[in-house]
Formats: sequence, C-alpha cells, structure tokens
Amino acid sequence: MPTFGSFALLLALALSGYTLLAGAVALYQIAMRARARVAPERLAETARRAGIGSFIATTAAAFALVWAAFNNDFSVAYILHHTNRALPGPYKFAALWSGQEGSLLLWAWLLSAYGFVLRLRHKVDVKLTAYASTILAGVQVFFLLLLNFAAMPFSLVSGPVPQDGFGLNPLLQYPEMVIHPPMLYLGYVGFAVPFAFALGALMMRYPGEKWIHITRRWTMVTWLFLTCGIFLGAHWAYSVLGWGGYWGWDPVENASLMPWLTGTAFLHSVMMQEKRGMMKSWNVWLIFSTFMLAIFGTLLTRSGLVSSVHAFAQSSIGTWFWTFLIIVMSVCLFTFILQRDHLKAENKLESLVSRESSFLFNNLVLLAACFTVLWGTLFPVLSEYIQGNKVTVSAPFYNRVAVPIGLFLLFLTGIGPLLAWRSSSFKSIRKNFVLPSIAGLAAAVVVIACGVHPWEIFTTNEQGSFYAFFAFSLGAMVVTAVSAEFLRGAGVISRHTSQNLFASMVQLCRRNTRRYGGYIVHFGVVVIFIGIAGSAFNQSREEELGYKQSLNIGPYRVECQSYSQDSNANYDTEYALLDVYRGSKKITQLAPEKRFYAASQQPSTIVANHSTLAWDLYVIYAGKNPDTGQPIIKVFLNPLIAWIWIGVGIIVGGTGVALFPNMTAALAAARNRVPAAAQAAAAVPARGGD
Amino acid sequence: MSKLFRLGRGIVIVLVAVLTMGSANTAVRYNELGHKMMCVCGCNQILIECNHLGCPDSDRMLGELRVSLAGGSNDDAILTAFQDKYGPTVLAAPMLTKFNIVAWIVPPAVLFLGIAATVILVRRWRLRAAAIPASPRATEFPAMRERIRRETQL
Repeated sequence: MPTFGSFALLLALALSGYTLLAGAVALYQIAMRARARVAPERLAETARRAGIGSFIATTAAAFALVWAAFNNDFSVAYILHHTNRALPGPYKFAALWSGQEGSLLLWAWLLSAYGFVLRLRHKVDVKLTAYASTILAGVQVFFLLLLNFAAMPFSLVSGPVPQDGFGLNPLLQYPEMVIHPPMLYLGYVGFAVPFAFALGALMMRYPGEKWIHITRRWTMVTWLFLTCGIFLGAHWAYSVLGWGGYWGWDPVENASLMPWLTGTAFLHSVMMQEKRGMMKSWNVWLIFSTFMLAIFGTLLTRSGLVSSVHAFAQSSIGTWFWTFLIIVMSVCLFTFILQRDHLKAENKLESLVSRESSFLFNNLVLLAACFTVLWGTLFPVLSEYIQGNKVTVSAPFYNRVAVPIGLFLLFLTGIGPLLAWRSSSFKSIRKNFVLPSIAGLAAAVVVIACGVHPWEIFTTNEQGSFYAFFAFSLGAMVVTAVSAEFLRGAGVISRHTSQNLFASMVQLCRRNTRRYGGYIVHFGVVVIFIGIAGSAFNQSREEELGYKQSLNIGPYRVECQSYSQDSNANYDTEYALLDVYRGSKKITQLAPEKRFYAASQQPSTIVANHSTLAWDLYVIYAGKNPDTGQPIIKVFLNPLIAWIWIGVGIIVGGTGVALFPNMTAALAAARNRVPAAAQAAAAVPARGGD
Repeated sequence: MSKLFRLGRGIVIVLVAVLTMGSANTAVRYNELGHKMMCVCGCNQILIECNHLGCPDSDRMLGELRVSLAGGSNDDAILTAFQDKYGPTVLAAPMLTKFNIVAWIVPPAVLFLGIAATVILVRRWRLRAAAIPASPRATEFPAMRERIRRETQL
C-alpha cells in the first residue's frame, strides 16, 4: 500500500503539472490568438480532464494512508508515529491529519476536490473556469511537490518494523479531532477558489462582475467552514486542559483568525462592487491577502517561526512555503500592475454617512484587527531581530488592543444596516437610530444595576467589566437594529398577505436571502460577543473531596459520591463521581477523569462539564492527595459560555439562509395566492439591498 | 482645529489612563501580576490561568509571587525580578519600555490613520463629484433609480 500511495502522489503531481502547463499554453494561445497545431480549446479541455484525473490520484493516495492506519502498517513511518493498535477507529481515520505529512496530504486532497467540482461545473463560464483551473493547478503542484519530495507521507521505517505504533498525542484524542482540522482546512483551502477566480478574472480582463456572482457561494461556504473550524477548535481547547481556554491568542489560533478577518471583509466589500462597481482593486487585494494569509497560517504552524502549543509539526519545510508565498505575491503584484486600469471604479463614495462608507469602515476595522493580530503574532520575531531578545505577546496585549477594535466592529455591525446606499439624510438617521440607541442605553442601565461597573477599569486593572459593559450595551443596540429591520419588512408582508408575523419573516428572508441571512449572521456575532463578555465574571475553587464531602460555588453544591480507577487497552484512568445539587435538588452527576495513555506514556485530563444558558459548571480531576488518597477537585463557574456555541449555530443558520437563492416576487405572489403580495414587496420601505 | 486638538488630547488621556492604571490591595495585585506573566513550562498560558495537570512550574512561580508580595516589593520590582530570573518571555505582554512601546502604539496608530485617510478620501471624492456639473438628464435619474429599486427589491 505505501508503494501504491507513493505512485498515486507522483501521478497526481504529473497530472497537475500537465493541467498547469497545458492550461497556461492554451490560455496564452487563446489570448494571443496564436496559431497552433492543436486547437487551444482542445488543449484546455485535456488540461481540465487531467485536473479531474489528479483528484482521483490524490484521493487514491489519501485512501492508501487511511488504509495503512486501519491495517496497522507500521512499516510506514507516519503511521508508526501517529497511531497504535489500540487506537479507536475514528482516531485512526483522523491519523490522516494528525501529523505534518498527513495534514499536507489532506490540504492537497481538499484542493483537488475543490478543483474537481470547479472543473465539473466548467460550463458556468468555460474561459474563466479554465483560468481558475490553471491557477488552482499551480497551487496543487506546490503541495504535491512538497508531498513527493519534502514531506513524504509514505516514507518507510528503516530497520525492523515495530510491533506497535507510538500512538496519537493524548491531547489529540478528543472527538473534535475528527472534525475540527478538516473543517479548518476546508476553510483554508477553499479560499484558493475565489483567489483563483479573482486572479483569473484579472488576467483575462473579465468584463463585469460575473466572477463575483460565480464565486459568491464558494466564498460563503469557505468562510462558513473556516468559522466552524475556528469555533470547533475553540470548543476543543475549552474542553481539553492545558490549551488556555477557548481562545488563548496562540500564534496558530491567530493564524486561523487572520484569513477569517480578511475573508469577512471581502464578503462585505464585494457587495459594493456588485451594487455600485466600486472598490474593485480593494476586493481583488482582499481575496489575494486572504489566500496568502491562509498559506502564511500553514507556514506559521510548520516552520517554527513562532512558538506555539500547536507546534507539533515543525520542520524545515518553512523554506518551501516562503518560496511559494513570494511566488504568489509576485504573480499577484505583476498581474495587478499590468491590468490595474481594468479595475477602475465606476462610482465614488458620495457621503460619509451611507451604506457604502459603513462597509468601508467595516473593512477598515476588520483589516486593523487583522493587522493587530499579525503584528502581535510577529512582534516577538521583530523584537528578537531588533533587540536581540524575544518577548511574549499574549492575552494582555490582545485584550487591550484587539478587544476594543472588536467592540468598535460590533458597533458598526449595528449601524451599517440602518444607513441607506449613496447617502442618508439626517431625518432618516434620526428615525432609524432612535430605537437601537434607546435599547443600548437601557441595556447599559440594566447592566450597571446588575453589578457590572465599567469604571472599575480606572480604579483597578480589571478590564473585564469595562468590556462586558460595552459588549452588552452594543449587543442590545445591534439586536434591536436587526430586529427592527425584520419586523418592519415582515409587518408589511403580513399586512398585505394576512400571514402571521413568523410566516411573513420566513417569506421576507426568502425574498432577499443574502440580506436577511446576513442579518441573522450579525445576530449570531452579537450572541458570541455576549458569551465572550461572560468570561469577565468567571469563578473558581479547588478542594480535596473525600466521600460525601462537598464544595459550594455559585448556586451549586458539588458532592463526592465515589472515586476509583479503571483501565482499558488504550489508557488507565482515575475518576471521581460527583453529584451536583442546586439547593436540595440533584441536577446531574459529573465524572471528571485523569487518563494515562499506554502507547505515548502521557497523561491527559477529561473535563466534566454541566452546561446551561447561564453558566458552565466545569469540573477537573486535578489528581490525588498522596497523603490521604482523596481526589483534588477544581471547579470553575464560567458564565454565558453556552452562548458562544449558540452564536456559532446562528451564524451557520444565517449563512445557510444567505446561500439559498432568492424567491422571486412572482413565486411569492403565487404562494400567497394573493396578487397583492407583489405590491407588498414594492411597498416595503427597504433601505437598500444587502 | 482647537476642537481636533481637544479631541486628540482626550484620546491620549484615556489611552494613558487605560494603559497605566494602578493597583490596589495584595489579593488584587496577586491577581493582576499573575495575569501579567506567563507560565514558563512551555504551555503558553497566563501564569495564574495555567491549568494543565502536573505543571512543573506554575505552582512554584505563584509561590514566588506570593513571597515577593509579602516582602513588600512594588509591581515593577516584582516583574523585573521575574524577568531577570526567567528571561523577558516571562512577561505576558511587552512592557512600556524602549522598543517594546512600538508594540502598543502601532496597531491603534494604523487604525486611526486608516480612519483619517478614509475620511479625507471620501471628502475629496465628494468635492470632486460636486465640481462636475450635472447633466441635463441627471434630474431624471433619481426617479428612475427609485423606480428600479422599488421594482427589484423588497
């Protein structure tokens, strides 16, 4: 199987190389109207088919690695180092992305899968797809070169083959290991598609904005994958000890956040290009940057440039990535300089108080946030270069610099939808802002009454209350603004169709899925901010608990029922059974564990968590007191954490809505069987499109 | 101009206040200083938040912090002592000294410059647009646009 895998990778490289070369030659001939023995269209078609073939070959290689993992083929060095016989099936499957070589193979496979779909759907626009396919093949060639010559997943072990493998890192033996890395990679890799379309459109001087329509769904799906990947990682880090909570501002976490921020900026600013033919150069560079930041993130993970808890896959392939980044940057810059006259804006901003300028400021703040994260991530390297010593740039820096930027972004999320395209009159601003402003002020009063005192930032060093105060107040403002938009539109439909308000809201969403899906996403963002703001009020206690002994935290009493130990083929475990009471009523039983994995000889802790909308009761088995033999239990009360995961669910839902095609006015009228529905659509006082 | 000056002065005062806030009693200082340092075991976690099991360093370091506080040292002296013992990476964020101050200044400066540049750019565009006389047909456009908007959007 290793030979088959190696051959498949080599074949994939040959096919991708052909797609790149033949595609480039064909497109050059078409562009130059050059005469050729083989018609360029036919040559381009062979390139497309070779691209499809490279997907099949890469799939075969990925299959070979998974097969080797499931069959305990420890002659393959990668399998030896990342699995063992007792490893559960799902983690054996996850071996594909457990280490450097495997995760690069996953990159290549996902890229080829995206390319496969793109090449199958080439009839959407044959010429533009040919450009995008050729550019994607270029990226694919880079990863396949890496896999064939620098990070070979099918390398064989030298000497006798061991009977068992070294096992998977215990920190990685968690259910999210099966889903978080693929999601993140789907996001990273996916941005290659809009990047390829943008670069292709620029190369061929594509007329109009159709390339944006073609890539819109690609970009949104990719963004969604990256969002899910980031938050699955956050959930994993929260659930596994030693990874610094749901967000630790680790360089590799930052690496995933940067393309997300620029991708989010692109999703917003691209609407200005569609609606008003503006910000063309800006959009092109946003998607270029997003793709380059995705590559840069991979570079950070693997080069050892910065120290990180994720640095389980460092090696010398950083040079390859630097070279690739420089090539990509050069191609983008060269193409842009050559074709920049094609990107002239058709309109200019007419007012500082308009939907366009809110998008512009939103972009500016997102990019400032991205720059802050990049700056903080790379400052230790810069410091070492200039001062001769490394410094740490961790949570305190980001809390003071990045969080205020995030809150400013939340504020813009609220006011953006209230502004009209082109220009907003003072009257309309006053009308639209009154309700959200009142809601924000009311929330501020309630929050202060509940004991959140923002002025504590001036008397102590405590920033939590300050940020929480603004997060709650701005959150109330944004929710009111978004709700008012929904209610206004749904109210008009309801009046004209006699539907109830909920049905009207559904129809409203279906009539302009992108706009209202976007609002739902904004609502999800607010919910996430609320969840994060809760961290300002965390509590914790640590006590040794014998049989029937208990500790109190918040409204809960945690009582030890028993403590014991167990073992299976994969690990030995110590655990405590703890009954949780609220008042005199037993709510649940928790079983925090401490495991010791046999193959890797490493310990791991399994947290027990009782999650409610108000807070998480987060319980850790911290070990045994060697004198008494009794377990030491550490308990955290983390407020509002569940809202973070709920917010992500809302974002997924909102993006799902935005991905749906719009229902036409005619169809809406037919559905309602009321001709007036069409008039209702016209009567809604819309302030613009998206 | 004086308005701008006053606004700028206000921003600077707020920034200085936020960045140089003082500290209070020992428990608060312990919490604050614990949040200003990193655990040195390689877990990349804030010292007081280090929660991984069997950490060889965090308990010892927190003990040293308690001793330093009990000894009456001020915050700067404690941070310097830790820095001398464990190296500059023990501080969770760069201190406001020499080159390190650049770390704090650059991101907000980039944001403010970006906002200022955007405002200036939009104003210039507006002025340029106003200088171009409207064509005779331009008066028809708003009505046409309004009709298109009505007919194509909800």
